[in-house]
Amino acid sequence: MSVTVNDYAELVKERSPKSAVWKNCVSAYIWGGGICLFGEFIANLIIRFFKIEKKEALGFASIALIFIAIALTGLNVFDSIAKKAKAGTLVPITGFANSMASPALEFRSEGFVAGLGAKIFVIAGPVIVYGLSASVLYGLIIYIFKLF
Amino acid sequence: MNYLFAFLTGGALCAIGQLLIDKTKLTPARILVAYVAAGVVFSGLGLYQPLVDLAGAGATVPLTGFGHVLADGVREAVAEEGLFGVLTGGFTATAGGIAAAVFFSFIAAVIFKPKDKSE
Amino acid sequence: MPKRTGKKTILFEKPPSIISSGSVAGKKEGEGPLAPYFDTIMKESRMGQPSWEKAERLMQKNSAQKALEKAGLAFSDIDYIFAGDLLNQCVSSSYAFREYDVSFFGLYGACSTIAESLCLAAVFAESGAAKNCLCATSSHFCSAERQFRFPLEYGGQLTPTSQWTATAAGAFIVSSSGAAPFVRAATVGAIEDLGIKDINNMGAAMAPAAAKTIGNFLADTKTKPSDYDLILSGDLGKVGSDMLLQLLKREGVDISQNHNDCGLILFDESQEVNAGASGAGCSAAVLASYIMPKLKSGELGDILFVATGALMSTLTVQQGESIPCIAHLVRLSHGLL
Repeated sequence: MSVTVNDYAELVKERSPKSAVWKNCVSAYIWGGGICLFGEFIANLIIRFFKIEKKEALGFASIALIFIAIALTGLNVFDSIAKKAKAGTLVPITGFANSMASPALEFRSEGFVAGLGAKIFVIAGPVIVYGLSASVLYGLIIYIFKLF
Repeated sequence: MNYLFAFLTGGALCAIGQLLIDKTKLTPARILVAYVAAGVVFSGLGLYQPLVDLAGAGATVPLTGFGHVLADGVREAVAEEGLFGVLTGGFTATAGGIAAAVFFSFIAAVIFKPKDKSE
Repeated sequence: MPKRTGKKTILFEKPPSIISSGSVAGKKEGEGPLAPYFDTIMKESRMGQPSWEKAERLMQKNSAQKALEKAGLAFSDIDYIFAGDLLNQCVSSSYAFREYDVSFFGLYGACSTIAESLCLAAVFAESGAAKNCLCATSSHFCSAERQFRFPLEYGGQLTPTSQWTATAAGAFIVSSSGAAPFVRAATVGAIEDLGIKDINNMGAAMAPAAAKTIGNFLADTKTKPSDYDLILSGDLGKVGSDMLLQLLKREGVDISQNHNDCGLILFDESQEVNAGASGAGCSAAVLASYIMPKLKSGELGDILFVATGALMSTLTVQQGESIPCIAHLVRLSHGLL
């Protein structure tokens, strides 16, 4: 055919429908902001009832959101919400929770060990690997700086 | 006032994520990794704690907050335990979240089944 | 005997007949515009099975049984099975037919598989190697999704260029003698790769293969697009169909008047499938349910069916490679002129 790889890439780029970027960003902003606002609300409730530090309360709020996200995943509705919320459910801790619960559910048919157990980290694994590695590097840096 | 800042900050972090998905070739998985790593870096530079003080959950709920908790944990552990803390700090601080996600996911997988999205 | 003509085309001098076809569609597919044409519409997509994979093989088996039933044949009357699907190692096909003592060819051509199998079956039937051949393919949204993309419950985002894997199966009986429709010719595609890497834009990746195969067929047979009532591509979807027209236009071939695409017929706009349908079962089920009766009655006289397939694996995608694609064409007609 007379068309070259570069020509074709150009043509495909030009004629493929584009994502509705600004509309997606607005959805992400509203949903993501809403989830964080709800997290703040949970944290304040916890402070009020258990009289603990804000830092700890924020930790519990995240865990509550993890619980809710996983429950919604199990009830088969998280993905429908995510379709509307775009990155609004992905970026908050809810996205992390869903990325563990969804393969756990999906791969249970391959068994509890080789399926559920092994595949649970198939999407979230990299987040833990690189987050933890970054924290170790950072720890090393501050440790070395403290020596001198 | 806290609620307003929580909404604005959390929303902004999500909107940036969406912009990265739509405008770059980055996959969502890469964006999450970048967010966590960025959280560690910004926290290490002392830039993230002020955001947490201002926005509360708006800064801790997005995955950059996960990175911040990792960095924060390492900082404290190194101060208390020295070299050993380099290794234990991050995992210890985030253990609650990770264990919760693992355990709840396990329970969910025992109770529920995935459903066809075309139904 | 089959006769080779031009660069890549086989002409059938005593054209084999497609004596019957069977189709099974998923629930969503059964809510689309082709609902009245399917033989079976699944009530739920697990079909009472414990896994999606088991459901898919049952679907493929059911479509084959339907085709046999309509032809008044049994598995014992079949000389060869040519079957394939999207799952690793073509397990849907091999498990679907393991209980029958019939010579079996497992094929992998991704979404092009049904054209590949029709072509091979026609060659076998006309050459005298077989009297009756069974061609069958299937795809299942859920089994494909978990193999190629993400878990079903994962809250991911799909781009507007992505295609929806159809839950569908189609089967055909190709016989050395019989009534219309007939397999008149076939053009076997070569692997074509124009550098597209985006697995969420498979239509664009496959369009060059379709353009090339159609171009080869027209040149080999010295015919023009207007000689055919319909040029039906398999699973290019919106983006791919547009690309196909664009690419052929550059070669001076205009098929815009009589082109349609299985990926655009299966669902309607409101069903939220982005750029359209795809999957090995999509083109097979559309051809088996919607097109076959029209060819039989003569409402469609002469058509070109061009099924396209994207031949990457999840591994090559992760390794950052572009998508090799293929398109096979079969010419089907009502009459023998």
